[in-house]
Amino acid sequence: MRSNVIYIIVMALVSYTIRILPLTLIRKPIKNRFIQSFLYYVPYVTLAVMTFPAIVHATQSPISGLAALIAGMIAAWLGAGLFPVSVICCLLVFVIELFV
Amino acid sequence: MSKTKENVVDKAVYAFNRKVFCDGMRDGFPIALGYFAVSFSLGIAARKAGLTPLQGFFASLFNNASAGEYAAFTLIAAHATYLEVAIITLIANARYLLMSCALAQRCAPGMPFYHRLIIGYDVTDELFGITIARPGYLNPFYTYGAILLAAPAWALGTAFGIMAGNALPLRIVSALSVALYGMFLAIIIPPAKKDKIVGVLVVISFALSFVCGYLPLISKLSDGTRTILLTVLIAGAAAILFPVKDTQEEEGQTSEK
Repeated sequence: MRSNVIYIIVMALVSYTIRILPLTLIRKPIKNRFIQSFLYYVPYVTLAVMTFPAIVHATQSPISGLAALIAGMIAAWLGAGLFPVSVICCLLVFVIELFV
Repeated sequence: MSKTKENVVDKAVYAFNRKVFCDGMRDGFPIALGYFAVSFSLGIAARKAGLTPLQGFFASLFNNASAGEYAAFTLIAAHATYLEVAIITLIANARYLLMSCALAQRCAPGMPFYHRLIIGYDVTDELFGITIARPGYLNPFYTYGAILLAAPAWALGTAFGIMAGNALPLRIVSALSVALYGMFLAIIIPPAKKDKIVGVLVVISFALSFVCGYLPLISKLSDGTRTILLTVLIAGAAAILFPVKDTQEEEGQTSEK
């Protein structure tokens, strides 16, 4: 029987090492244009990949998830901040699922 | 001499700044809400793996990873070896390596080293997203403000999930679960509006991510692995086709004003 505590320590060590290595080892700006561009695009692509279609599967009904996606995109396009967009999405899902 | 040094520290981008810290807490709030909802469901997985609420609390406090923890809990439930758990954690969290690289590029020269160790503690998709979305060099206190709310919410949510199981009404969990995605949208849409290439990339990312859920072999991969593959592929292709001009230097200069 393996120990949960050791499992947790193993997980924590691996997670922390991954996050800390580049931050501590890369001390100078990277001059390479490809890497610069790559790192510039990474966050947008990662977040986009994680958002869709996951948002549609996250809710009880795909319709409310899809509605949240569309409303969130419109609100963000019009300049709403992180918190307002989140709240709009949550409320919309809640209200739609009262009826669906 | 010491006075000039103090002045320099006062003006440094990375110095403590109350407003920046509060901004971090403000932006961290929706993240914390979303984290609580997501980690609550994570707690249900942890419960199946036989973790106590306290163990779940610390597992989340020290891991801060949804997909990574979920994958690890599933393996723990199956009594996997420590090595297997280490490997799955590595694979599911590999994207944080990329994010950490990107953050390293935004550290102001002269920022004390320990900030790198603390920022690294909570490099997650969301906290990375809001941190990198700010122009110029990092002010670690922005990120700390967000971590202050997000990390406890994540850990507590897991513990409550283990304790309460399915006690929270499904409807509430369902509504809260989109908080995270709403935030992602608020991060990616404004730059997509400003920069056409980013806009096109967002659409391509949506489309490929959708398609990959149905492709024979790829759909069997975990969400985390798919995210890594797609990120490397799409961002890599974009970097070759549309290299950016020296953004780092430009942003660094504007932030110093």
